[in-house]
Order: sequence, then C-alpha cells, then structure tokens
Amino acid sequence: MLTWLGYFERFGKNFLRGAGVTLELTAVGLAIGFVLGLLLALARCYGPKWLQQLAGGYIAVFRGTPLLVQLFIIYYGLPELGLTFSQNMAAYLALGLNSAAYQAEYLRGSINAIGSAQMQAGRSIGLSKWQTIGYVVLPQALRLALPSWSNEPISLLKTTAIVFLIAVQDLMAEGKRAATATFDFVGVYLAVAVVYLVMVFALDALLKFLERKTKIPGMDVETRR
Amino acid sequence: MDFGQFISYIASGTIYTVGVTLIALPSGLLIGTMLALLYVYGGKTAARVMNLYSTIFRGIPPIVLLFILFFAVSKGINLSAFWAGSLSLGMVSSAYQMEIVRGALLSVSGDQLMGARAVGLGRLQAIRYVVLPQAVRLAIPPWSNEAAIVIKDSSLVYALGVPEILRKAQLIGASSQRYLLAYLSAAVIYFLLVFATTKLLNMLEKKLAIPSNP
Amino acid sequence: MPKPILTIKNLTKTYGENVIFQHLDLTVNEGDTIVIIGPSGTGKSTLLRCVNLLTRPNDGQIWLDDMEITAKGTDEDQVRQHIGMVFQNFLLFNHLTALGNVKLGLTRVKKMSDEAATKKAMHELARVGLADRANHYPGQLSGGQQQRVGIARALAMDPRIMLFDEPTSALDPELIGEVLEVMRQLSLDGMTMLVVTHEMGFAREVADRIVFMEKGYIVEEGSPDEMFNHPKFPRTREFLWKITELYGKKEKDAE
Ligand SMILES: Nc1ncnc2c1ncn2[C@@H]1O[C@H](COP(=O)(O)OP(=O)(O)OP(=O)(O)O)[C@@H](O)[C@H]1O
Ligand SMILES: [Mg+2]
Repeated sequence: MLTWLGYFERFGKNFLRGAGVTLELTAVGLAIGFVLGLLLALARCYGPKWLQQLAGGYIAVFRGTPLLVQLFIIYYGLPELGLTFSQNMAAYLALGLNSAAYQAEYLRGSINAIGSAQMQAGRSIGLSKWQTIGYVVLPQALRLALPSWSNEPISLLKTTAIVFLIAVQDLMAEGKRAATATFDFVGVYLAVAVVYLVMVFALDALLKFLERKTKIPGMDVETRR
Repeated sequence: MDFGQFISYIASGTIYTVGVTLIALPSGLLIGTMLALLYVYGGKTAARVMNLYSTIFRGIPPIVLLFILFFAVSKGINLSAFWAGSLSLGMVSSAYQMEIVRGALLSVSGDQLMGARAVGLGRLQAIRYVVLPQAVRLAIPPWSNEAAIVIKDSSLVYALGVPEILRKAQLIGASSQRYLLAYLSAAVIYFLLVFATTKLLNMLEKKLAIPSNP
Repeated sequence: MPKPILTIKNLTKTYGENVIFQHLDLTVNEGDTIVIIGPSGTGKSTLLRCVNLLTRPNDGQIWLDDMEITAKGTDEDQVRQHIGMVFQNFLLFNHLTALGNVKLGLTRVKKMSDEAATKKAMHELARVGLADRANHYPGQLSGGQQQRVGIARALAMDPRIMLFDEPTSALDPELIGEVLEVMRQLSLDGMTMLVVTHEMGFAREVADRIVFMEKGYIVEEGSPDEMFNHPKFPRTREFLWKITELYGKKEKDAE
C-alpha cells in the first residue's frame, strides 16, 4: 500500500531538484506579477480613462482564460512574430503576466478601501496627487492588501505545476519521468503531491509569520469595515 | 483551409470543454455540499476529517490531483479519458466548493437557526427551510468564481488527450503551422465561455436577491 | 382558582463554573402578564431560553400546563410550538416575506395546507396591523414592523404562552410604541405572557405582576402598585428609580 514512500528514496534527489525549479518559478512569477500588478492597479485607479480601460481589459483577459493557453501562446505562438523564448523564460513570463492580473485586483481592492478620504487628506496638506499616492495611499494599501494578497504565492506555487507541459524541468517533470520509469503513475504522483503539500504548508507558515510581523495595531479594524 | 474552417475546427472542441465543465462542476457541488453540511453540522470529528480533506485537496496543484485521481480511477474501472478526467476534476473542485458552501452556511447567523427552532421547526427542517435558502444566495458570487475556474481548469484534461478546445488548437496549429492564431482563437473561446457563465450567474444573483430598502 | 400555565421549580443554570441562576421558582397563571426586570447579565434571557428549551437547565423542573417539559425524552420541537418566543433582534427569516415568515411554522410544523396557512397567517398579520405589508421582505420593513411580524409569527402557532425578550430594546424610540401597543392588546385579549422589558410604563399599566431579578435571584415580586409604591427591599426601589429615570430620558429623546 505504502510502496510509494520508497519513491522518496529512489527519486528523492530528482524531486528536490525539481522542487527547486518550482520554487524558482514561483518567486520569479510572483516578482514580475507584483511589479506589473502594482502598475496595473495604479493605472486602474488613477490613470486617464483610456488607461483605466486598458488595464481593466488586461485583467479581464488574463483572468478569463486558462493559464495553459497563455503559456502556449507565449511559447508556441509568439515565435511567429519573431519573439522566441526559452522554456523557462516563457514560463516566467506566463506566470508573471497571469499573476499580475490577480495581484492587481488585490491591490485595487485595498486602494479603493483606503479611499478618497486619504487622498483628500494628503492633498489638503499640499502634497501632489502622485506624492499622496506614494506617501499616503500606497503604504496603507500595501499593508491592507497583505492578508488577501498572501493567497497569491501559494496559489501561484500550485499553478506552476502545469509548465512541465512545455518541458520545463520542474517537480512535475521529474514526477512524470519517474512515473514512466516505474509505470506506477498513481504512486509516483502521490509522492509528488506530498512534496507539493510540504512546500505549500511551509510557504503558508512563512506568510502567516510575515503577516503577524507587519501588522499595524488597529489597522485590521479598518479592513473589516 | 480557410479561416472559417480553421476556427470551426477549434470550436468543435467546445462541446468537450463544456461537457467536462458540466460534469465536473455539479459533481463537485454535490460532493462539496454534502461535505460542507457534515463539516458545519456533523460534530467535532466530522469537522476535523473535513478540514483535513479540504487542506490536503486544496494544497495539491489541480493537475497533480487530476493525474492521481485519473490514473487511480482508470486502474479500477474502465472509463473513457473524458469521463475519468471530468469526474476527477469534479473531485478537485469539491474541496473548493465545500469551502464556499461552508462559508455561506456559517455566514447565515446562528440566530436564524435559533429563530427557526423557536417556532418549532426541527434541526433538519430549520437547516432545510431557513439556513440553506439564505446560504445559497450568499454562495452565488464565490461559486460563480469557482465555475470560471473549473471552465479554465477543464483545459487540463488536454494532458489526458481529451479532444477539447486546447487539444484541437494544438492539432490544427501543428498541421497548419499557425500556432499563434490557433491558440489565440482558443483563448477567445475560453474567454467567451467564462464571460457568459459569469454574466449568467450574475443575473441569477440579481434575480434571487432578497428585496430590501437601502 | 387560577390555573398555572407555566411552573418553574428550583431551576438552576450554569455555564461551566459560571452560575447564572440557582433554585429559581416562578409560576405564571393563565391570562397573566408577568414582567421580569433586572440589571444586565442577571440571567433573564437565559431563563426565557430555558423555558423554550433553546438551552437546557442543569437542574430543576419546568411544567407547561401539566406536562413536565424538562423531563427526559421530551420532544423539544413539540414543546416549542406551544411556546411563542419574541426576540430582541426579531430574528425574522430574511429570505421570506412577512407572510412567508408567519406561514413557515404553519406549513412545516403544523403541516397545514398552503391555503389554510395563508388564511391563518393573514389573520395574525392583521392582528398586529400589518396585513398590508404581507408581501414585504424583512429588509423592506421598519424595525417596529419587523418586530410585529415576529409577534405574529409566534402567535400563529396558537401558543399557550408568549415569551418576550426585550422586544423593544433594539428599536428606535419612535417605533417602540407600536410594538408595546400590540403587546398591550394581546394582554387584554387574555394571552398568557412572560415579558422581559425595561419599559416601565408598560410594566406599570399592563403587568399583573412584576418580578425583579438580580444576580440570578428573584429579589422581589408583586403587583405594579406594590413594586412601584411600596417595595419591601431598598434594592428594588433603587433599581426602579434608576430604570424609570433612564426610560424617562429615552422618552424625551423621542420627542
Ligand atoms: N451561551 C453562553 N455561554 C456562556 N455564558 C453565557 C451564555 N449565554 C449567557 N451567558 C452568560 O450568562 C449571564 C446571563 O446572561 P443573560 O443574557 O441571560 O442576561 P440578561 O439578564 O438577559 O442580560 P441583558 O439585560 O444584558 O440581556 C451573562 O453573564 C452571560 O455572559
Ligand atoms: Mg437578555
């Protein structure tokens, strides 16, 4: 029954290597997604009308289509336009562009929650619009977004598991190789699932820790309203 | 091959995409609702078991879980890739849907249950006639989100060889060497499916909304 | 010879270490309106919830007519349909109209036909002056109207006794009167009522007896005249004085 435990011994090294790639994919995707997501959220909230619509369209399209399709467009489709990416690069891009749409929504929600009141307060002491955004609205909005934003790293970690379909050598790719070697698909993928679970739990614990560390007293009361 | 044929070839995969979704989403809802009822009203032990189920299922990437369930199911019974994939996807979704239903059940306040019991309704009657009708309404927005996710996740059965939209796009992309157009077309179809579903559920939410004065 | 409807003997309720009340005795006779008053946290709500079996007492007995409802094996749902309860925060079913709220118990508990239930429910809504609001949802009604629906919902089950737990304390001052008026009429019609309230005007005018509870004990009980004019215990006088003062303030605010 528990023969699959033996796979850790046999394929442990490969799994570890794959897990490393998986974490790398998560980190890079998260970083790209954060920078782009922040820009999108700002465009959405403070840009001129056309930019707001553009950002809104981007978010709707990337949230409204499967990541797998986005990945295939980037990896198989874009070369027709002369844009050729390595497998890893394509994966980074797809994950980052996709995550940006979700992160933008988290940030937009908290920027809206901070509201026009804080903007007025900032303007009233003579700050410019972008100064107020930079010094007053964003510092609060980023902290406010943290609880809901902290779903994103875990969510992204799980979605990276599809990039082996363009032959990125992540944990799933190692799993597939081991599965074909042993012909025990169920057992091997169970072992792989355990590795993912461990990563997810560890990341979850880390995020909870960070959330506690960065808590501003009284700030959460505002959220609940 | 002209553009119309190209598109309609890819679009012919829609029936599988929709089929997978129409099997996975309701089966996930059925399992999810039963588990949620157990979670909320089934006592401590049941709650612990359900919590474990939820944590594990939601902690594993959908494609990994899909593979495990698919190969496990295929070992036991002789099902087509379409059916095995759809049902497996339903199992994946069940944990998420359980959380949605649970959240909705919990946000109907416990006082409503007390009010119902005070009139003389039994526990099951109170759940059936007072808590559930209100929970259903609360669950629609997050459920609409889950429906969109299942439509998108139905693309994962591509990896099992089901001839759905993405697989069709890949096939015609390869034969025509026009991958960009093929995958963009697939994206458009998925987008329309997600968009229409979300709009429809949005309308349902409005229709079921309980009237109140602002 | 007055006929007791509700008899409470030696009732004790604790939450863990916390004793809410101990050895409590109280009798409510047919057609009587008993008002319970007392400071916050004294166990008034807990007492009403015990009577309606929404929570179980730890010791003692409660009889409804001749039946001991605290006895082992009592069918709680059966008992509850004979005891009407009106809550401080109304607890209307949010997804049902006023009519639907009143009908639910009739169709699902009493298994009445839809037609008969509608007729009965409309009658009860008319009784609380809300026949014209039958098809409104709770969210479309004022607080006072919601509470009257709550009363109609309880009345529809033809209870032997009605329990009211601070039925007006969640209401804006200007809405209190309409609810108290319904309760006054109910009392005049001969309904047996056990009412927790701080509305001293209502207690003075409508109550047959007032019960003053404090820290889980019944300090004193008597007719309104005895309680307001010749209380035996200084604590009673003090509390009544304080609460009347507060109530008076509230009335002034309403103007
Ligand atoms: N479910 C419960 N678990 C533990 N303690 C409880 C519970 N319900 C009530 N209590 C406690 O019992 C005591 C009496 O509460 P109760 O609500 O009966 O008082 P009350 O006289 O109705 O007060 P109020 O005027 O504020 O409504 C309080 O100290 C309360 O904290
Ligand atoms: Mg109380």
